[in-house]
Amino acid sequence: MSILYLVVQQTMFFSIPLLIVALGGVFTERSGVTNIALDGMMIMGAFTSIFFINQMQSTMSGQLLLLIAILIAVVTGVVFSLLHAYASVNMKSDQIISGTALNLFAPAFAIYVARMIQENGVQQITFSNTFRISSVPVLGDIPILGGLLFKNAYITTYIGLLILVISVIVLYKTRFGLRLRACGEHPHAADSVGINVYRMRYAGVMISGGLAGLGGLVFVIPTSTQFNATVSGYGFLALAVMIFGQWKPMRVLFAAFFFGLMKTIASAYSVIPFLSTAQIPSDVYKMIPFIATLIVLAFSSKSSQAPRAVAVPYDKGSR
Amino acid sequence: MILLKKLLNIRGFNNATSSIVAIFAGLLFGFIILLISNPSQAVDGFIIILKGGFSTGGKGMGQVMYFATPLILTGLSVGFAFKTGLFNIGASGQFIMGAFAAVYIGVKWTFIPAPFHWMVALLAATIVGGLWALIPGLLKAYLNVHEVISTIMMNYIGMYLANFLVKSTVYDSKKALSMNVAESAVLPKGGLDKIFYNPIGSSGAVDLSTVNSGFYIALVVAVIMFIVLNKTTFGYELKACGFNQNASKYAGINEKRSIVLSMVIAGALAGLGGGLLYLSGASGRHIKAVDVLAAEGFNGIPVALLGLSNPIGIIFSAIFISYITLGGNYLQTLNFVPEIIDVIIACVIYFSAFALLFRNILPRLLKWRMDAAEIKNERGNE
Repeated sequence: MSILYLVVQQTMFFSIPLLIVALGGVFTERSGVTNIALDGMMIMGAFTSIFFINQMQSTMSGQLLLLIAILIAVVTGVVFSLLHAYASVNMKSDQIISGTALNLFAPAFAIYVARMIQENGVQQITFSNTFRISSVPVLGDIPILGGLLFKNAYITTYIGLLILVISVIVLYKTRFGLRLRACGEHPHAADSVGINVYRMRYAGVMISGGLAGLGGLVFVIPTSTQFNATVSGYGFLALAVMIFGQWKPMRVLFAAFFFGLMKTIASAYSVIPFLSTAQIPSDVYKMIPFIATLIVLAFSSKSSQAPRAVAVPYDKGSR
Repeated sequence: MILLKKLLNIRGFNNATSSIVAIFAGLLFGFIILLISNPSQAVDGFIIILKGGFSTGGKGMGQVMYFATPLILTGLSVGFAFKTGLFNIGASGQFIMGAFAAVYIGVKWTFIPAPFHWMVALLAATIVGGLWALIPGLLKAYLNVHEVISTIMMNYIGMYLANFLVKSTVYDSKKALSMNVAESAVLPKGGLDKIFYNPIGSSGAVDLSTVNSGFYIALVVAVIMFIVLNKTTFGYELKACGFNQNASKYAGINEKRSIVLSMVIAGALAGLGGGLLYLSGASGRHIKAVDVLAAEGFNGIPVALLGLSNPIGIIFSAIFISYITLGGNYLQTLNFVPEIIDVIIACVIYFSAFALLFRNILPRLLKWRMDAAEIKNERGNE
């Protein structure tokens, strides 16, 4: 039973960042801009917020520190994403190329800055984890369910689920959401009824940047005690989650859990009894999430419901 | 004035200008970062970057060519895919799988007679690289999986698989590197050892560069790709599919076959690049088997972009990227972090994404200015 708890908790740690970042991907693609720089944005968000924690942890700790760090991660992501928005909306450049540039930039920049400003000159930024909630009051005492979902948890898990709810409401129940989706499907039609396509696309990219930045922090906190300028390709997995989830928030949730479980198997196989005796080298396990992604994509891409105008720069003059 | 106007009408010139502008913008940004992080040494540091491979004489230039060799191949890989309408981010995975194949044969298949050993190893690298790209190619053609996502996944799978295979077959655990390949599998020097070395003292001993005939092979492959793309029906068909799949289908081109073939050729080029880099003897590079994606693969993207996907342009841009990367390594003498080069390269890519703007608007603007000036002159004469 304790193994089941562990697997569920681990799956949460891996799924929630995927969920958050993939939702970011939904917003940007629904507005018509593809953003393969999610990985880089995660790195930037994680970098600034973990560095903040590293600097402040002597004076503060616990949830307040985490909440401020979350804010910093979001702001970093938004600011960084402006580069992508500018390139793909104003300059009408190839969005994949711009995204690739940001993906190359982020880890190099994180390593460079970490080594230049940290006194010991190393690229890893360490932090002590004071954020785990061993048991949520009241809810943690519920039999079974409490153990599964409300013990050894992080506040970020609940924030992630909250973001999911908000995303559903924003995308489907608000004027903003409708306009955003219109810009991704048929920007000229949207423009003809007075929607500012450029502004909506900026909004989409910035939301994705903020969520990716947050996702970077959420990914690093439970799984490590240092940040090493990488999020192990999670931004790319999030893109796959988004496609598997067919650009719909609720489906993205299930996709994220699927990948989270894969990742858990890949990283926690040594504590799962029948897998630990199998003597399979760790490199093989590390491949699992990526192979699973490919297989899933092979089956789910044929009837792809991608926004029609995604990755096509909007030019008012073109027809 | 007239000369400038003529130049502006040549497309190649306009294209090269856009790359050069992107390079300058990237370098400027790098300089600003150096200034912010350490104002007193920024100028010295920047000079080291600009001096690049020249900092260490003949050997340094040889090293530039040695590290440019795989970049030419991965650049060709990405560039070829670009020309055929595909974006191959998967050069990393194809590269490392090819590298493993070459090293494996180089170490284990010592039964192959000497002059053929390295050729077989290179051939294997090419084939394995191609096979690694076959999967995304098939997925794209028949199952509509976007090649960007699938090649990224193949990068990670390739990296872990190569690590696993290296560790379980050709690993030297003392050095934590792949083993040296057999003498017969090392690429011949091809006369380059007579040019690129630094003399040690006056005794005639030399500090030899690792550059070898792999560089020639890279150049030949680039020329072949240029011919295939521009002078053959086959290349024309692949390019046509890149422009418009439906139109080429209508014209009787098998568009699915073209997609798969483009991907396989791109992968084969990257795989060959892996073989060329790692079949270079004890002083050359070895596979480290760590969880880091091969940088040569990713750097193929800036190489292809700066070379505007033109095989000949790619030769020059690969040498440039290799050149400043080496400059970055020498930066460590000033306590700067070599990652500054990656930052610069990222900026160069970012600005080359604006290339369209530079290419179309800048010349138009200049031309318009000049036309206006000419009209003014004519009026003045009247």
